[in-house]
Amino acid sequence: VGSKGRRPFAGPGRARRLTFRHGDAIRILNSSLEPDVNDALPLGGAPLRSIDVVEQGLGEAGYIANRQISTAIYMAHHLQKPILVEGPAGVGKTELAKSVASWLKLPLIRMQCYEGLDESKALYEWKYGKQLLYTQILKDKINSVIGDADDLATALDKLHSFGDVFFSHQFLEPRPLLRSLQEPGGSVLLIDEIDKSDQEFEAFLLEILSDYQVTIPEIGTVGAIVPPIVLLTSNSTRDLGDALKRRCLHLHIGFPDDKLEAKIIASRVPGIDARLLKQLVSFAQQLRALDLKKVPSVSETIDWAKIMLLLHTTVLEVDLVRDTLNVLLKFEADIEVAGKQLAGLTHKARQEAGVT
Amino acid sequence: VATAAPASEPLRRFLQVARGAGLKVSAAEGIDAARALDLVGFEDRTVLRDSLGLVLAKTPEEKAAYEEVFDIYFKRDEFAGGQDAIEDEAPGSDQDPFSSPANGAGGDGMGGQGGQSLGSLLASDDRATLATAMEQAAREAGIENIRFFTQKNLYARRILDRMGLRALERDMEAMRQTGTPEGLGRAQFLDGKVEALRDSVRDFVERNLLLFAKGDTEKFREELLKSARFSNLERRDLDRMRVLVRQMAKKLAARYAKTRRRRLRGQLDTRRTLRRNMGWGGIPFITVWKQKRIEKPRVMVLCDVSGSVAAMAQFLLMFMYAINEALSDIRSFAFAGSLIEVSEILEKQPVEEAITRIMSMIGYGSSNYGNSFADFEDGWMRHVTNKTTVIILGDARGNRTDPRTDVIGRLSQRSKRIIWLNPEYRSAWGTGDSDMYRYAPFCGLVTVCNTLRHLERTITDILEAAA
Repeated sequence: VGSKGRRPFAGPGRARRLTFRHGDAIRILNSSLEPDVNDALPLGGAPLRSIDVVEQGLGEAGYIANRQISTAIYMAHHLQKPILVEGPAGVGKTELAKSVASWLKLPLIRMQCYEGLDESKALYEWKYGKQLLYTQILKDKINSVIGDADDLATALDKLHSFGDVFFSHQFLEPRPLLRSLQEPGGSVLLIDEIDKSDQEFEAFLLEILSDYQVTIPEIGTVGAIVPPIVLLTSNSTRDLGDALKRRCLHLHIGFPDDKLEAKIIASRVPGIDARLLKQLVSFAQQLRALDLKKVPSVSETIDWAKIMLLLHTTVLEVDLVRDTLNVLLKFEADIEVAGKQLAGLTHKARQEAGVT
Repeated sequence: VATAAPASEPLRRFLQVARGAGLKVSAAEGIDAARALDLVGFEDRTVLRDSLGLVLAKTPEEKAAYEEVFDIYFKRDEFAGGQDAIEDEAPGSDQDPFSSPANGAGGDGMGGQGGQSLGSLLASDDRATLATAMEQAAREAGIENIRFFTQKNLYARRILDRMGLRALERDMEAMRQTGTPEGLGRAQFLDGKVEALRDSVRDFVERNLLLFAKGDTEKFREELLKSARFSNLERRDLDRMRVLVRQMAKKLAARYAKTRRRRLRGQLDTRRTLRRNMGWGGIPFITVWKQKRIEKPRVMVLCDVSGSVAAMAQFLLMFMYAINEALSDIRSFAFAGSLIEVSEILEKQPVEEAITRIMSMIGYGSSNYGNSFADFEDGWMRHVTNKTTVIILGDARGNRTDPRTDVIGRLSQRSKRIIWLNPEYRSAWGTGDSDMYRYAPFCGLVTVCNTLRHLERTITDILEAAA
């Protein structure tokens, strides 16, 4: 099936029958059992029909996406590639994954990266306790099996004939990566802050990113039932390897412009006064132009907007801004720098919003 | 789904152009681009730009370069605007007086236009066809091979020739010969059109020069710089050199930054094994083997900052601080007549500024190696351990002062090894007031070092030696 076969206009039911890829057998099995769930599948093709649909869907999930972001999600699905999302902190990288999941009604499986993260925490672990417990409980059984053996060699032979009972799926504790592959209806896998992990871990991710499969030495290769939509986020605290970047689509999310930011806040803080909104956005945008150690992020502007709503503010006053500035700025030095220009900034914000 | 759609011709050329602009486009990414193109098509330029951008550009710098090159490449409105003034003056543009006489003569090089002559194309002002003709002529002229701006006129001429300009000029000459007001008028009218055509062709060539040659010339220049002597560098190259130094250093740092361990085969680390398996009552499920840590090098850099060695010193220091993470400790000293420690200045300020400051403090004097080494012994010799690598950068020309080889002797015994980098060619060592051969016996390595390549080689050597 070429990529064209899955493109627009085929109705959901038809598309499902036309698109065969690995894991399909299981999915079709599922679909006969629980049809409602299946309608929400991204891989049925219907929800990800076009870029406009993506933009609209994300909007319904409460994420105001620009064109580039929706294009990225659309392409990620159709090319079956992970997206590497980079950008400054607090512009909604993690939020994007959450929104995609909630829009498509897929489970979000999140893996937070940190230094020292290894495969036993990311992929799978053997349930040692269970293994030990079972060997104890089954001691008698094992004795009865090998009890009548005359010598060591026969006993060993008998044991071998049972295969690796203690290294099978029952004793496997799946961690986020493996779980996302085993989700029968597909999933959204969020690998958060990949730049915080070690370089070795990055290399370890390559297999799952390019082929949607992982290899467990004792069991073999486990492929995805339905390839998940994978998002990786990075704050660029270190440069990621070329091999990783090559396997991903690269999306850079910067700070939004004033119109988009206003839309985002309006969707996140319902009931906010339009004129106050304009003032807030203008103020935040001005702060970002200052020479600060850490400029306010979108999430911080949202928090600030919520506070203003709580305080029943309609017009930005210098004193009020001064008191609540610690919501936007998190460094003493930054607050000091901004504090000096507060009157000017507030005035300009009011002016731009047309409030006198 | 993973089968690759064959890259279409425009995409293939675009990828070539993108690579030229400094984007690292691997074959796999090329295939992805083809699949993306297959998905979104050419219709919507912004969607196409976003989609290819997702696949091809993977850093903010690459994104910027990509957008620039995309805009240049997909700008195909050669003949839109700019000619309207001439168009209005066109006398009798509804009739086409050149179609019959020019058709036969204008045939040379006009293969792709279905027999229409350049004259009639210009007169009818058919911009789309003209643009296509130009594109085709350009391809025939091999515009992809343009490399230097000096070739601009050559290629413009070739394209015009292929479009049939020569024949048209002959025709126009013939018209002027007739002497009739009508003939003169037509010739004049065409003159204007031809001028406009020349301008657009020149524009077109220039844009293609930007597209195809930029990457190559940059690369060429960088290769040149890597093996240029530091003392010969021009001021305008310094910025580029700094970028190059950082690139090289980044590569080395990434390779050597980790504390590496070498496993010793078959030697059980009993203590760690017991600790590790405590959860299972000390039954050794997991074995831990003894391992040897590979230490990061500890470096002391002594730089002669007098006279000709100064340029070299700047780059050495820049390099050393750029690979900071691959070293466990670095201390730097600058000397001319006497020696001072400059680690603090270098840590606090960007290297470029720090260097100027150091130079103003101590630089540009006449050097006295003996004196400087004595200073070092008094102040810092006790910090030198058997893990310290000492790098000395200098031409070893002490203006006939006492070289104090005894200090270097003691330093050599205390330290792991001494590396002497000399920016002079080997043939100049030991001539005049050079004491190089007196110091050499105490040094683990004495080498010529006056280009970026030398520098890279030497520093790799230092990092390797730690293993």
